[in-house]
Order: sequence, then C-alpha cells, then structure tokens
Amino acid sequence: MLTKRIIPCLDVDKGRVVKGKKFQGIKDVADPVELGKFYSDQCADELVFYDITASHEDRDIFIHIVEDVARNINIPFTIGGGIRSVEDFRKVLLAGADKVSVNSAAVVNPQLIKQAALRFGSQCVVLSIDAKRNQKGSWDVYVKGGRENTGIDAIEWAKEGQRLGAGEICINSIDTDGVKQGFDLELNETLSSLLTIPIIASGGAGNMQHFSDVLNCGADAALAASVFHYKEIAIADLKEFLHKENLPVRRCL
Amino acid sequence: MIAIIDYGVGNLMNVYNALKKLDMDAVITGDKKVIDNASAIVLPGVGAFKDAMDHLVEHDLVETIKDNASKGKYLLGICLGMQMLFDKSYEDGQWEGLGLLEGEIVRFGDGLKVPHMGWNELHINKPHPLIKDIRDGEYVYFVHSYHLDPKYFDDVLLYTDYGVKVPAVVCKDNVMGMQFHPEKSSDTGIKLLQNFKELIK
Repeated sequence: MLTKRIIPCLDVDKGRVVKGKKFQGIKDVADPVELGKFYSDQCADELVFYDITASHEDRDIFIHIVEDVARNINIPFTIGGGIRSVEDFRKVLLAGADKVSVNSAAVVNPQLIKQAALRFGSQCVVLSIDAKRNQKGSWDVYVKGGRENTGIDAIEWAKEGQRLGAGEICINSIDTDGVKQGFDLELNETLSSLLTIPIIASGGAGNMQHFSDVLNCGADAALAASVFHYKEIAIADLKEFLHKENLPVRRCL
Repeated sequence: MIAIIDYGVGNLMNVYNALKKLDMDAVITGDKKVIDNASAIVLPGVGAFKDAMDHLVEHDLVETIKDNASKGKYLLGICLGMQMLFDKSYEDGQWEGLGLLEGEIVRFGDGLKVPHMGWNELHINKPHPLIKDIRDGEYVYFVHSYHLDPKYFDDVLLYTDYGVKVPAVVCKDNVMGMQFHPEKSSDTGIKLLQNFKELIK
C-alpha cells in the first residue's frame, strides 16, 4: 500500500541549517548533509531544503549543498526558496534535487509551472501555497513570506496549479503555522477532495496526533520543521504511532 | 565498465553516484564505442516518454542499445528508462518504445491520485538473482503517472499495488528494468543495485 509521507523541512542560510537545540549522536547539527542523514536514518520519507539566503552571491553556496546532499543521501529531496525561472529549476535538478518547489514566482507567472512541467516533468514541480482564512469562509493566497495578500482564492489557485502541470501541492496554512495546535484540517480535506495530485500538509504540527489527524483527512504527506528540529518528536516514534493508528507508513525496522 | 547512457535528459549524477558507492566502474556517456565496449548498460530517464525517445533518436542511440541488448549484454532501464524498453506508450499520444520487452505503458485508472508518488511495498512475483534478499513488504520510492501493462506477467519479478498490480522490477534474460528509483530508495534500493552488480560480474 502506498504510504503516507513524513517530511522534515530544513531552512538553510549561507550553507548552514538554521535551527535550535543540540542533537545527540550527530556531530554538526547545522550541516545540511549531517542533519539530512540523521533524518533519513530515522526513516524520514523525503527531505525539503529551503534556501532562505537573502543575497544573490550566497546562492552558489546553496547549489554546492544540493550537490553534497545528492551525493550522500539516498532518499528523495525537494529544493525550495528563490526559484523564479526554468533556469533555476534546471540548476537545482542538475545538482541532484528530485523536486523543486515554487511559491511567489508562480503566482506572478503561472506559466512557470507549465514550462517547468513540460521541460522536466510534472513529478518534479511542487506548487507551494501560503494560504490564510478570510472572512468569507475561504482562503486567500499570500506571497512574500506571508506578508502580502494577493486576494486569489487558494483552492482555485491549487486547481489551476494542477491544471498547469504541478505534480504536487504543498499547502501551508498561515493561520496554524507556528501555533502548534494542529494542521488546518478543513483546508487539507477540501483540497484533497478536489485535486487528483498529492497534497502535502504544512503548518501547525505540535504533537503526533496532529499528524494522524491531517493524514486521516486526506493529506498524502505532512511536513514540519520545529517539532523535529527541537526534538519534540522523533520521526521513528512518529512512524510507530501512525502505524498503531492504522495509517500506512514506512516504519524504521 | 558500466555505461550510463547520456542522451540529454535529466540528471544522471544520482545514478552514477549510487553505482560508484557500490564500487562499480561507471561512466556517463553518449558515445557508441564506449557503449559497445561496456560490460553493461544503464538507461535512466525522467520526464515524458515521447521527449525521451526523441532524444534517443537524436543522439542516434536506438540501434546501439538494441544491438547491445540482442547480443546479450545486460541492460537496466530505470524509471522512464524501464518504460522505454517496452513496445509502446500511451503517454499523451501513442509512441513506440525500444520494443525489447513486450507490453504497453498506460495511464493509471481514475480515482487514484496521480502521480503515484511515494514509498510503496514490494511484492514478490518470481524469484531471481536480481531481487535476492528482498523481502515481501520492503519499500521503494515511486514517482510516475503511467505504468507498465505487461504482455507476460512472468516477466515481472516484483510488483506493487496501486489500483492494479504495478510492475516494479521486470526481467527477461539480459534486459531488466526498475520502475522506481533504486538510487533514491534507501537500503532496499542499494540492495537491488548490489544484486545488479553481482549479476553482471
């Protein structure tokens, strides 16, 4: 049976993972490869490396990180952050990434999804959407790191993304992100029932039950950062928990 | 020496790195002479079927691959590379493949999320040295929107379930294929590549 995926997200700035507490049994926690390996050994299903480097020059460091990860880790990984053109896709894919995530740039230029899908295949195009509830009972698409409301309906945008050739949607709820009270179940359930491509739920994980809840309501994968980085949840334990909840998962055996 | 065929599509480094890690002597090449002299061939592939076949034709490698396969040289197709070993694909039209194995590449049925993306369980259909030490229920990483509908299910060594029995590893004599990405499938993937190494020795 196809399993539900658990995906830790690692923010990378100037070649180093930005995160908090110390891990046991891992020498350099800020090294993307070391931390990626650590999660891979815990049976993480995929990894996301998000480039939060601000300056253009430092982006070359990031490409080397991608190459390094590809050489050393043999599970799939996605690259996001600062992807604006088909050329940006090409660079990270050639460096060894399996998928590329686009967000704001696709809102500005939706054809980017189509062009990338035609050139490299839908399987590597992840449309990442930052969504926030509005007063009409639906969700708006936000860009620029959640600072700017585009007024676009998030559900419609996800459908459009699928039509243009995205192979996956990563839906990040601004309302639940960082609050640790659970994922936005309604948003994930709605999207999952309307789309035929896989959905990755993001934003709101605080405990293991939250993962179970969102995966039970239709999400195909769940992404989180701080609960993993701050060692509140070990991925191997989470997999056992989800297995006991009768969710299909790849367990660490 | 193993020739990983370079025909201008996608990143071949991940496959190369995986083979190198297993101490396999591999080279990424589009050179016919190098391919002819290789002890085995790996045909990778990502993207769309027609586009990939077009690239093989443009690089004038179709006959080279067929000739080598017909001489009995081991040939391993990975992901789209596996699909290309078969007669025909219905991906956005109808396209001819290499025709080294019999079967067609068809779209997943309705009601399933497509692409079939993620870790899915392997089930054993037929024992073979290529799948030595693989237990029923081990997981590998799939990502594909079309799957093989084989003419002979006897060519299938391992399959997975996704609406239908989806062939995961196929083999007929010296021609073999893996629908998933062994280089991205953690320990199980490495084990399969290790078996491939043993086989071509």
